[in-house]
Amino acid sequence: MSKVTLIIVAVALLFGFYGCSTYNGLVGKDETVKGKWAAVQTQYQRRGDLIPNLVNTVKGAADFEKSTLTDVIEARSKASSIQLSADQLTPENIQKFQAAQSQLSGSLSRLLAVAENYPVLKANENFRDLQAQLEGTENRIAVARNDFNEVVQGYNQSVRTFPASIFAGMLGFAQKGYFEASQASQSAPAVKF
Amino acid sequence: MKKTLILLFLLAAAFVRAQDFPAKPNPPRLVNDFAGALNGTEIDALEQKLRVYNDSTSSQITVVIVKTTQPYPASDYAFEIGRRWGVGQKGKNNGLVLLWATDDRKLNIATGYGLEGAIPDAIAKRIISEEIVPEFKQKMYYRGLDRGIDAIVKYAKGEYKAEPKEKDFPASSFFMTLLIIVIIFYFFNKMGGGGGGRGGNRSRNMGGGFFPYTTYTGWGSSSGNWGGGGGGSSFGGFGGGSFGGGGAGGDY
Repeated sequence: MSKVTLIIVAVALLFGFYGCSTYNGLVGKDETVKGKWAAVQTQYQRRGDLIPNLVNTVKGAADFEKSTLTDVIEARSKASSIQLSADQLTPENIQKFQAAQSQLSGSLSRLLAVAENYPVLKANENFRDLQAQLEGTENRIAVARNDFNEVVQGYNQSVRTFPASIFAGMLGFAQKGYFEASQASQSAPAVKF
Repeated sequence: MKKTLILLFLLAAAFVRAQDFPAKPNPPRLVNDFAGALNGTEIDALEQKLRVYNDSTSSQITVVIVKTTQPYPASDYAFEIGRRWGVGQKGKNNGLVLLWATDDRKLNIATGYGLEGAIPDAIAKRIISEEIVPEFKQKMYYRGLDRGIDAIVKYAKGEYKAEPKEKDFPASSFFMTLLIIVIIFYFFNKMGGGGGGRGGNRSRNMGGGFFPYTTYTGWGSSSGNWGGGGGGSSFGGFGGGSFGGGGAGGDY
């Protein structure tokens, strides 16, 4: 009787210890993901911040067609309305976030393509600087997203691997979403020189 | 299923990446001409300039010349090299990769995190389009690179200093040296022959060109120790700086 109790206690303890170490491991990975997410958001924010400047420069330098500009402004306000905190990184949310941001990427690339037809703009130093900054920001976004995907991959692996998956489910560690690489490379504005 | 596919894609991407990029040069060099575009004298001149700059500021500018960056965009290729090699000092991230793809006729500057402030993307673009490209159009490749490096050095000036700040405090460092010499003489006199063992030990630690060195590139590359290179001002190897995608490109 007492032997059985002992064994049960021992098993429970082992289980508890294992659970604790799994929990701690998951917390560490979760924090890494949060950190990388912050980097992704910073870079998207940076792009968003460049846009008013770009729109003003374009407006000021040339009689630019209105619809392209309003597209960009609308896409920007839509993209910045979707803010995900680090606790909401479900696959669905990430997909929504990415969809809004790629719409902005699309309208931005249209704007830059149309700008090619305006020699006044191409000669405008301010515009050229903004173009370079935008391109650099797209690169930074790609890097941040890549880094994010990498840590999410590690995290998801831990969450889904047996037996840690049992604890992960009990302790509320859900899988997180990825950015989809192919879509990103299609929608990045192609800045021509 | 979709997730598995993405995972596979990521793995495949990591695998492909591992093959396409040139390995970190050993012995370490700052000018790496994988395309044979410059002659030996030109390479040495640039190398010397960059080494001196590295010695005085700890900022590492590396010139990488390849035939093509395919299948990657030049910008991805440039900062990927920066990350893999660990150009710049760890913590400062003051590395810069000046990439030239000869067959693609493309140039790219990738700035490490720490240099993004000194050389913002717009400036990097201007360095390429106003300093390098005009020379490249006349096929003056060495002069283009040289002018580009000069411009980079000008913009990055004052951003970082090398760790031992002798140049800032010549007087105090002079007195420190004097003090050390006096102390050494004092001990030699006092200990006589007994001091020999200690002296030998000391010189082994300092003279061997032993650079403890770790790298974090974020792409699972290895770390190791490098000795100093040979001849002239030596270069102790890349310091493990990281890149976030800053910089600009252009073609000629």
